[in-house]
Amino acid sequence: MRYLPLTDTDRGDMLAKIGADNIDDLFVDVPEVARLDGPIRGLPMHASEMAVERHMKRLAGKNTVAGDVPFFLGAGAYRHHVPASVDTVIQRGEFLTAYTPYQPEIAQGTLQMLFEFQTQVANLYGCAVANASLYDGSTACWEAVAMATRVTKKNRAVLSGALHPHYSEVVKTMAQFTGDVIADSAPAIQAEPDLEGLTSRIDEETACVVVQYPDILGRISDLSAVAEAAHAKGALLVVVNTEPVALGAIKSPGEMGADIVVGEGQSIGVGLQFGGPYLGLFAVRDPKHVRQMPGRLCGETVDAEGKRGFVLTLSTREQHIRREKATSNICTNSGLCALAFSVHMTLLGEKGMRELAAENHRLACIAADRLAKVPGVSLLNNAFFNEFTIMLDGKPARDVVRALADRGVLGGVSLGRLYPGVERLQQALLVAVTETTTEDDIETLATELEALIKEDAQ
Amino acid sequence: MNAPNKSGWKPQMEVADATGEHVTTTGNRALMLEEPLLFEIGHAETTGVDLPEVDPNAATRLGSLKREEPIGLVGLTEPETVRHYTRLSRQNYGIDLGFFPLGSCTMKHNPRLNEKMARLPGFADVHPLQPVSTIQGALEVMNELAHWLIDLTGMHSVAMSPKAGAHGELCGILSIRAALEARGDAREVVLVPESAHGTNPATAAFANYRVENIPATPQGRVDLEALKARLGPDVAAVMITNPNTCGLFEPDLREISDAVHAAGGFVYCDGANFNAIVGKVRPGDLGVDAMHINLHKTFSTPHGGGGPGSGPVVLSEALAPFAPLPYTARTADGVVHLIEEEQADEFAREHFGGELSSFGRMTAFHGQMGMFTRALTYMLSHGADGLKQVAEDAVLNANYILRSLEDVLHAPFADSGPCMHEALFGDKDFGGGLTTLDLAKGMIDEGFHPMTVYFPLVVHGAMLVEPTETESKASIDQFITAFRSLAERAIAGDESLKQAPYFAPRRRLDETAAARKPKLKWEPQEV
Repeated sequence: MRYLPLTDTDRGDMLAKIGADNIDDLFVDVPEVARLDGPIRGLPMHASEMAVERHMKRLAGKNTVAGDVPFFLGAGAYRHHVPASVDTVIQRGEFLTAYTPYQPEIAQGTLQMLFEFQTQVANLYGCAVANASLYDGSTACWEAVAMATRVTKKNRAVLSGALHPHYSEVVKTMAQFTGDVIADSAPAIQAEPDLEGLTSRIDEETACVVVQYPDILGRISDLSAVAEAAHAKGALLVVVNTEPVALGAIKSPGEMGADIVVGEGQSIGVGLQFGGPYLGLFAVRDPKHVRQMPGRLCGETVDAEGKRGFVLTLSTREQHIRREKATSNICTNSGLCALAFSVHMTLLGEKGMRELAAENHRLACIAADRLAKVPGVSLLNNAFFNEFTIMLDGKPARDVVRALADRGVLGGVSLGRLYPGVERLQQALLVAVTETTTEDDIETLATELEALIKEDAQ
Repeated sequence: MNAPNKSGWKPQMEVADATGEHVTTTGNRALMLEEPLLFEIGHAETTGVDLPEVDPNAATRLGSLKREEPIGLVGLTEPETVRHYTRLSRQNYGIDLGFFPLGSCTMKHNPRLNEKMARLPGFADVHPLQPVSTIQGALEVMNELAHWLIDLTGMHSVAMSPKAGAHGELCGILSIRAALEARGDAREVVLVPESAHGTNPATAAFANYRVENIPATPQGRVDLEALKARLGPDVAAVMITNPNTCGLFEPDLREISDAVHAAGGFVYCDGANFNAIVGKVRPGDLGVDAMHINLHKTFSTPHGGGGPGSGPVVLSEALAPFAPLPYTARTADGVVHLIEEEQADEFAREHFGGELSSFGRMTAFHGQMGMFTRALTYMLSHGADGLKQVAEDAVLNANYILRSLEDVLHAPFADSGPCMHEALFGDKDFGGGLTTLDLAKGMIDEGFHPMTVYFPLVVHGAMLVEPTETESKASIDQFITAFRSLAERAIAGDESLKQAPYFAPRRRLDETAAARKPKLKWEPQEV
């Protein structure tokens, strides 16, 4: 077997050193009932690299590749161009095959990268401190709620109706076991989110209010008033961002008074990957909250010769030290995705991030205007970044999405897929546009949509 | 925010080598190059991508939210970027460079075919919410992987979405909690052995259980009698690691499971150490109800400097109905379905003859697809025969290390019989105030990544060595020689070890200072 270096001679010599007659002497503690007499039946035997590659390519071939068709899906995962050098860097064995940097003297590469990553994320979010990543945006969202209950010592979280439904499902799932109380509602179909309705639900028992920005319908609005309302009641504002590219064009959540900012970092450097692995971002605006943060933190220090170096720090918050008293049970995070994010962000820089955001917004405006001209289609949003909602007059958007797929267009995410039971959302289609979208793609979507609507009318 | 890049960074000029004799002007040492922080070399106006310039007069639909303030980022061109990260990478130890016997972490070789397959556009460039007709291949990968995991563990079903081991633990414990609540059984306690990974008690506490420790025997196993005595109507679950963190198989697990089940509880098995028994022993045959599998350990998806991982959870028939959404299932017509919130009940009625009682959703989307493709590639490469050989070689290597060093190093459980895939040593005989940490830092100078230190907590100054199956005998022999020499120095009280490492990119780092006044973000300095 190509991955196993021991030879039969080695095995014999080693057994002799151990004083065992055969390998099964080393498995004597396994009870009789659980001993197997050979390889597990029903599974194939080993295969060559060529044979495995053939099999996997056949499976990959059954999927429609986003880059091969006009593509408009978003809803928490966005298709952006990732520069070639990002993948080159993350495939370096020193990054790819390293472990969590527990031995800092020989892990300065990972640690310095994490320090730079924390700085990039904190600045992007308008925060004081970011951690070294969590699993993804949805789990980061739950960690934010859990942290808010620790900080405020209250256990009621108010979720905006326009929070990604998977995120609110994750929060509700976890809360049912921890005794936290979650108040939420499905979004109303309106050009502007109902922030007054949201703030009216904040009371003295509220630990945090959780708002997505841009929200699940692609709307963007100033959250400063929500922050003030939350702070007046001793609650924290948690802002969730699923599209970091947006923050190259719009105000940061920290600037609007968010206390905890979490989000999905997938857009920068990571790619679609059918939903994972992704990258949970987590930051706090006030440095005094740092000891309540979940996950790993990398900090600057010096070595015995006075040279600058980096270490994982404040680990007394963490499970391997605190066990049942830890702030979170998280251990493995998304280190390599954080590296991909950081490399891509380094290539972009301030200038590139601004330009990338502007280009996304420019194309999204073109798409919104063009689609709104299709008879039977109307644009919901007043303001948006690179994603917006269109209403299909009298049509279930799910059927439209499937029909578009049959015509070779991946036309968006139907809100019916995300909110199966909610009648008023069934005709809503969420359309995302990025720098990878061409004006031809937009024209194809508009034309096919128009054709579909006409076909149905006949 | 201040404009970055005004820190006045200069290379460190005063660096001497270990002997204090050779000093360079730049602070570099041939192939070891000092690298400043990105924020000290980048510029706000530099970029490594070519995008259209921003048109300041372009109409926007951003409402009142247009960003006026700088973000505070800096950029590098592509050559500078590649060099920055290449230089950083060279300050890292990885499996590709050398032996990485980090106990409990299973640092085995990461086959590059796995990387290549995960990057096929048909897997890498697919959106999780595409219509199901356009993602049949992705669902088949999940389904095939699920099939392997079920067959290798002898369990009933598998929840694929957990993102890493600790997330999988949570999945298992929440399934148990949901199953108990479904039968109106409110239990409050989870029993965890003293030797468990820190994630076990943290997980149980997160799910609002009270954690109680169960003691170990002097032979390093769970104390069966103490455990049985503690079982009762308040115990929801026992969390056991098998092989355990002392590197030993728990021979009584079947009996433990039977006793826990008789008392109305469930058995959670921490699968972190599955590499020792994969293809040899099926946890389902030992009465386990739930076990997470770290795909990034046993099935060699890379560790990536701390993730991403993937932690699917295999479940017994009793827990299967409570598994988190979404899941995949293949029906008689060969079509693979993705079952989300919407279809769950109807699908369960139609195909499984009952309603699903899922405890909910643990993450957005469907789990770590990029890790699924890598793990499946690995399994197909090894096959059932190769995986059995994996376990056998991993256990053989660990026993070889144990028996080669037990004469010089304190091996607390050497008399307990063979170890599994890890050899455990302690610092009992060290002289001159030397500690396990000193030996570990000496190991760095010898060109090895140190073993896991101070874990498990039940052994003083623990050193947990996990060689894995992907080391050659020559590599292991070299490690044994180095470890023996370091052990002899530690026992003799060799003071010089206290300052090790001497040859790493950094000497010992001041962790106390880092925690006392945390500096967690780069800030521009006034000039």
